[in-house]
Amino acid sequence: MTTAVAVHELTKSFGSLVAADRVSFAIEQGEIFGLLGPNGAGKTTTLSMLSTILEPTSGSATIMGIDIQKDQDGVRKAIGIVFQDQSLDEELTAWENMDFHGRLYRIPKEVREQRTDELLKLVELYDRRNDIVKTFSGGMRRRLEIARGLLHHPQVLFLDEPTIGLDPQTRNLLWKYIETLAKEKNITIILTTHYMEEADRLCNRIAIIDHGKIIAMDTPARLKDAIGGDVVTIHSPDTAKIPAALPVPWVKRQETREGEIILTLENAEQHLSEIVTRLNAEHIEITSISVHKPTLEDVFLSYTGKTIREEDISRKDSMRMHFRMMRH
Amino acid sequence: MDIVYTIWLRSMKRYVRSRSRIVGSIAMPLFLLVFLGFGLNSVVSAASLGQQYILFLIPGMVAMTVLFTSVFSGIQIIWDKQFGFLKETLVAPVTRLEIMFGQTAGGATTAVIQGIIIMVLAVLLGLRIQNPAGFFIALAFMILVGIAFTAFGIAVASRMEDMTGFQLIMNFVVFPLFGLSGALFPISSLPAWLKPVTLLDPLTYGVEGIRYGLTGASQINPLVSAAVIGGFAVAMTLVGAYLFRKVSV
Repeated sequence: MTTAVAVHELTKSFGSLVAADRVSFAIEQGEIFGLLGPNGAGKTTTLSMLSTILEPTSGSATIMGIDIQKDQDGVRKAIGIVFQDQSLDEELTAWENMDFHGRLYRIPKEVREQRTDELLKLVELYDRRNDIVKTFSGGMRRRLEIARGLLHHPQVLFLDEPTIGLDPQTRNLLWKYIETLAKEKNITIILTTHYMEEADRLCNRIAIIDHGKIIAMDTPARLKDAIGGDVVTIHSPDTAKIPAALPVPWVKRQETREGEIILTLENAEQHLSEIVTRLNAEHIEITSISVHKPTLEDVFLSYTGKTIREEDISRKDSMRMHFRMMRH
Repeated sequence: MDIVYTIWLRSMKRYVRSRSRIVGSIAMPLFLLVFLGFGLNSVVSAASLGQQYILFLIPGMVAMTVLFTSVFSGIQIIWDKQFGFLKETLVAPVTRLEIMFGQTAGGATTAVIQGIIIMVLAVLLGLRIQNPAGFFIALAFMILVGIAFTAFGIAVASRMEDMTGFQLIMNFVVFPLFGLSGALFPISSLPAWLKPVTLLDPLTYGVEGIRYGLTGASQINPLVSAAVIGGFAVAMTLVGAYLFRKVSV
């Protein structure tokens, strides 16, 4: 195994805002690596630096051994990108969008046409190749963008929020494509997402990123194992009283939040009745109680004390504030 | 060159497909030509022009078409910015200069084609081109005006985030340039104090050059016109390339 991407203390600041803060990681060739975090956590900023769109403030990175600051063209040839926002020419047909891309990457005509046909078939758009992109649905556009990103045979593929805004069915379909790609073409994939299921399903390894910093990095399974057991969520009007009512050694961790408390313990099923008995004895009302195996959401929660959705909301507010201040 | 061609090709494909834009941008100069041309033909004394007013107006309208189409083509980069397509070009292993040249070539070609359409329609209104050389002289001036103002549009677009500033540029830069250029009236009929301003307007030389080609007569020596509008096209291309280099998405 060789290293496809090596990132060392990569930092980007916009004025006083540090969007990416000494981000470091290494990705093996053929790996699907996920950057998971809420909107504005620094995922896209990191990706933009790696794809030479943004100049890093400090730090360094190489892609297939090519330095992102010293040889931008070399990096650009080695990578394919699917941006978070659409980047197709809607007035052109699917085929023409591919052709434009192929010409930009100076792929000879015959190779270009052969690969275009092959890739359009792969993403099941071959029958629509001569239709104007304007008539395509969100999922079709996404598939076309992925096909386009692969046209110049990149060794590393960047997928920035590949399934954002798509319906569950299309999302599932795209996930299958991405899995097939990684397997058949043996390319390295870096994807950013704020969907837990997506990261869980696709990625060999995940870096959880928040406020520009990587706070945890491992395989999805090990990240979840680190939680240490099952997760019990109790909804109650008296959450504050619950910790005192449960002075038991088998509760490994507890987190009190608004209207709910989240406990981590092993073999939760066996302890459920005891929890209920103890809370009843203290006359603590239970609105609902649930048990589930830990998800990446729980992992995120355990590291940040917040769920990704909450982070998203508060981040949007602070971004809005930020922009308002900049405008005045 | 292959990259410049690629980007030019995209412009052409988009142009051919946007029928409403083609018709829309021809309608205005054509209406002006008919209304002003015929309406004022008898009012404007032929003596000061040495020819019919409508024949005087035709080169002006050709220039106007090229001017407006090219500025608009250049400014369209803002749409590429907003619809994300610019990113696709900027992360490709190509230089900014190649992209800028491709856009300029595409915009200028579009503008010149539009100008030629007006010219052809003008033949129906009485335009008689003196000789083939005259047509090519006019064409050369149209190309220079097209390059200059597409580059101008790109320069402006490089500094704008969205289309809100477009109207401002149109009303306070492009329209005055057009009004002062002598497209609608002979420069000599202006009051003495306004004449120097007209001579500062680079479009004046474009209009005069096209007029020389189409009617065989102009108030400015065509060689001077060629030098000024040519120099202006080079200068605008440099400014456009410089500003476009700094575009970030």
